[in-house]
Amino acid sequence: MKVVYEAPKINTGVPTTYCGGCGHGIINRLIAEVIDEMELKEKAVLLWPIGCSCVNVNTMDIDQLCCLHGRGPASGTGMKRANPDNLVIVYQGDGDMVSEGMAEIMHAAIRGEKFTVIFVNNAIYGMTGAQMAPTTLLGQNASTAPGGRQVINSGYPVKMAELLAELPGTVYSERVTVNTPANIIKAKKAIKKAFELQMKGEGMTFVEVLSMCPTGWSMSPVKACEWVDTNMTEIFPLGVVKDETEGLKQQEEAAK
Amino acid sequence: MNQVKIDFERCKECGYCIHYCPKKVLVKGDKINKKGYFAAEVADPEGCIACGTCARVCPDVCISVYKDVE
Ligand code: SF4
Ligand code: SF4
Ligand code: SF4
Repeated sequence: MKVVYEAPKINTGVPTTYCGGCGHGIINRLIAEVIDEMELKEKAVLLWPIGCSCVNVNTMDIDQLCCLHGRGPASGTGMKRANPDNLVIVYQGDGDMVSEGMAEIMHAAIRGEKFTVIFVNNAIYGMTGAQMAPTTLLGQNASTAPGGRQVINSGYPVKMAELLAELPGTVYSERVTVNTPANIIKAKKAIKKAFELQMKGEGMTFVEVLSMCPTGWSMSPVKACEWVDTNMTEIFPLGVVKDETEGLKQQEEAAK
Repeated sequence: MNQVKIDFERCKECGYCIHYCPKKVLVKGDKINKKGYFAAEVADPEGCIACGTCARVCPDVCISVYKDVE
């Protein structure tokens, strides 16, 4: 029998606390698969945000830290500067990053800190009860925006992958999603590329992942996968926003 | 024969594996696990082509897939 799929080796077997169909589960699994494939178990440090994901530290057998609200990029800065050989993964949700910690992520990118950010965008505050996030779509229902988000009260959804791509310190920024088998494969490729660039010592690598929150969106998990396609990708288009690696390769060649 | 194994107690009934299996091998079961979910089940083991899609969409790492190579 040939193994086609088995659980990642760094997984402990402890089940996650996520709701059924939560995109976080898929994204966590992809991170674990890539760490396995790159044989970086001893070098990986995963920095969790505050949100649904942070109570899942027991699911992976690697070094981890649970950061204060939005402060992952600040903690990641210290981690990476102290141990530049480590694979530092700053994992953040949209509430954590874009409202609570906007200053931290922006300044980390401005400084060109050399860690990887995995930004899970589900356009809502999942853990605390479906409140509006800065990434909530216009017209999207939230417990703090009954009837849907409106520009007049709350402005526009924030496009982090594009915003960070503007900064010279960011070498790679891509937006992916995990709503179909094909998109999951692309998401894994993006995560792997970001980790590889980090291990080569490039600048900040940023992967935004559009993720299903069936509970916060009040829909079935399969419907939530469709909703990513029908509603989210119009505002948050998929694909590479910035990739400086070709340029970097040329610089390397020139230096030889 | 190819093999697809689902961890009954881990499953949270999201339905992704059932929805995305190209051969419609999997179904929602009629037994409830300890967490209170109707876990996914293998209904047509012979139909499995061991493509691994079900495992790659599962958010709860419930599924392993093995291909018969004899
Ligand atoms: S509330 Fe949303 S983000 Fe949180 S675990 Fe449930 S589905 Fe996932
Ligand atoms: S391996 Fe492929 S064919 Fe077999 S059950 Fe899973 S998705 Fe269906
Ligand atoms: S994808 Fe996983 S959690 Fe969802 S129904 Fe299938 S086995 Fe259960």
